[in-house]
Amino acid sequence: MMPREVAIVAFAQAPTVRRSDQLSEVELLMPVLHDVLGQVGLRAGEIGFTCSGSSDYLAGRAFSFTMALDGVGAWPPISESHVEMDGAWALYEAWVALLTGQADTALVYAYGKSSPGSVRDVLTRQLDPYYVAPLWPDSVSLAALQAQALIDAGHTDERELAGIAARSRTAAEANPSAQLVGSAPPDVLLAEEYVVQPLRRHDCPPVGDGAAAVVLAAGDTALDLCPRPAWIHGIDHRVEAHSLGVRDLTDSPSTRLAAEHAGLFEAPVDTAELHAPFTSQEVVLRRALGLDEEVAVNPSGGALAANPVMAAGLIRLGEAAAAVHRGESQRAVAHATSGPCLQQNLVAVLEAR
Amino acid sequence: MRGEPVAVVGIGQTKHVSARHDVSIAGLVREAARRALDDAELDWADIDAVVIGKAPDFFEGVMMPELYLADALGAVGKPLLRVHTAGSVGGSTALVAANLVAARVHGIVLTLAFEKQSESNAMWGLSLPIPFQQPLLAGAGGFFAPHIRAYMRRTGAPDTIGSLVAYKDRRNALKNPCAHLHEKDITLEKVQSSPMLWDPIRYSETCPSSDGACAMVLTGEAGAARSPHPPAWVHGGAMRSEPTMFAGKDYVSPRAGRDCAADVYRQAGVTDPRREIDAVEMYVPFSWYEPMWLENLGFAAEGEGWKLTESGVTELDGDLPVNPSGGVLSANPIGASGMIRFAEAALQVRGRAGEHQVDGARRALGHAYGGGAQFFSMWLVGSERPVG
Repeated sequence: MMPREVAIVAFAQAPTVRRSDQLSEVELLMPVLHDVLGQVGLRAGEIGFTCSGSSDYLAGRAFSFTMALDGVGAWPPISESHVEMDGAWALYEAWVALLTGQADTALVYAYGKSSPGSVRDVLTRQLDPYYVAPLWPDSVSLAALQAQALIDAGHTDERELAGIAARSRTAAEANPSAQLVGSAPPDVLLAEEYVVQPLRRHDCPPVGDGAAAVVLAAGDTALDLCPRPAWIHGIDHRVEAHSLGVRDLTDSPSTRLAAEHAGLFEAPVDTAELHAPFTSQEVVLRRALGLDEEVAVNPSGGALAANPVMAAGLIRLGEAAAAVHRGESQRAVAHATSGPCLQQNLVAVLEAR
Repeated sequence: MRGEPVAVVGIGQTKHVSARHDVSIAGLVREAARRALDDAELDWADIDAVVIGKAPDFFEGVMMPELYLADALGAVGKPLLRVHTAGSVGGSTALVAANLVAARVHGIVLTLAFEKQSESNAMWGLSLPIPFQQPLLAGAGGFFAPHIRAYMRRTGAPDTIGSLVAYKDRRNALKNPCAHLHEKDITLEKVQSSPMLWDPIRYSETCPSSDGACAMVLTGEAGAARSPHPPAWVHGGAMRSEPTMFAGKDYVSPRAGRDCAADVYRQAGVTDPRREIDAVEMYVPFSWYEPMWLENLGFAAEGEGWKLTESGVTELDGDLPVNPSGGVLSANPIGASGMIRFAEAALQVRGRAGEHQVDGARRALGHAYGGGAQFFSMWLVGSERPVG
């Protein structure tokens, strides 16, 4: 039996904004679902499998995803699942379901509202509850440890990091969904104070609320729904040890391993959408993925321009797929991350055929 | 299921108790995982991927705890997925793991679900703040009691049916060393005179709050051939969801449950579940849900489910034993409860259920549900490899 081929055939996202107090998660999500289903001319009930990603800790209530299901309109009942992970992993679960042949199409969505709380503090609840979380080390401080380790190892310097920030936010000027758009030149950025040394404000992602959705389809169905599907050549994800003390923070072996399994190193890519919320993490990921200067990295602006937690990884897959749909990319790599300092990573290779 | 046939070759559970003060969360999950590996005579290095599930993160106060548990689960360097579909999550998690094998993405997958409820107060964790829910709706019992009352009105079932279920399940639990509640002096009178919590649900008709974990090792045909003990084969598996509330929703017999069962039976080639299925592990957190689910799952006609319970059909030595393990009424680590149903169904067809073994069980159904009776996951396992 030949394995089935699965493609991303549609992508939609909400504009990421600093606050969306007036919108519930359902209201944030519904326009995105209508957009993505409209692109392929399907109703929710015609989709074979639905999977979403979100976090109760962001929403501040248990079972937050159950209300979001109202946005899908799950009546008559649908075949549906949910991961308490970034939507990129929901896409992975849906990809597996399509491979089994139990469905021909899948709807994947993710949403995150960081605005109700302090996301820097909320993310500390992800850490080892016995030995680390009681110290409340926040996400920016942990990223700063990683950045300093990179600088100490000679892999980057503050000027290069400022260049990454400026390049990303300048690229975001072409992205109507981006939150933080445009940048002063690196020299001006470097005159700013540190947030947590060696990271300055420009090295950190904006805090925002957002949502995204994609439609997957298998085989001929993909060709019926999209003139230029973004075929998933391979997709894989790997996790590393949790304790920062046992990891080499200057490297990302889980990203490299996932990329190997996804078939990244079989042929060059022209585009990369990397989920690097901090400038320094782009340096780590570029090295792990072996990306050279020929590759357009984060033409969307990446997570430095819009980082809705739980959706930002799915948006990377969506942006890479959209580049294939538009004919701007022949072969793209998309990456998503989760956990402190790139603990868990997913890599997908998308191709035009 | 399509693709590679999926087999359960290892099962491990903790002894479920109200509070495991002696272990961390990592220690709890590792205990169940190690027992599943031992049952399969495999080791951590044999596992290709890990799929973990649990109910809301607020129950332990750890956001996405799988990140912290990566080491304890032997997942470092491997794919690690975390499923959360409310109370059905234990079942959904097993199905996600089964899909990885069926799709031939991985050869051997460890799947695990847990809850360490002693870290918090589940009843209030389940009571959503205003404006999500009306005030004074304390815990899941407050949500489900009116739907049980609706079932009683609709079917004219006698008031005593619920107590019969509780009395049966708590006695079954005495034969299951992993069950949380071992009430050696249980009597029907004690059940019927226990305090009323959420009318018509009495204290003894309510699930306990437990710490516990359940793990399974899933593999394909080659893996099953190497299994030291008989495998359980997955003949069908499905998930169905519907919204929490909408005009016309039938809380007594939700359509998502009926559709999910129908899908599983179609995959397994079952046309008469009452005759063709030998044992059922269904998610019964409040006693009355046994007759309600008997109807929803197609084991009895509408309005007739309580008659099966009343006539002893669902007893351990009955014609259709339901919850031979003692069920959710005897152990309820919420996130794990669905997987325990799936695992207990597999134990039955493997002939490895010990004292609560149903003689000659060849096909068994594992069932889980969650949310406002809106998320369903089920699998049907058999002692024989599925045909075709």
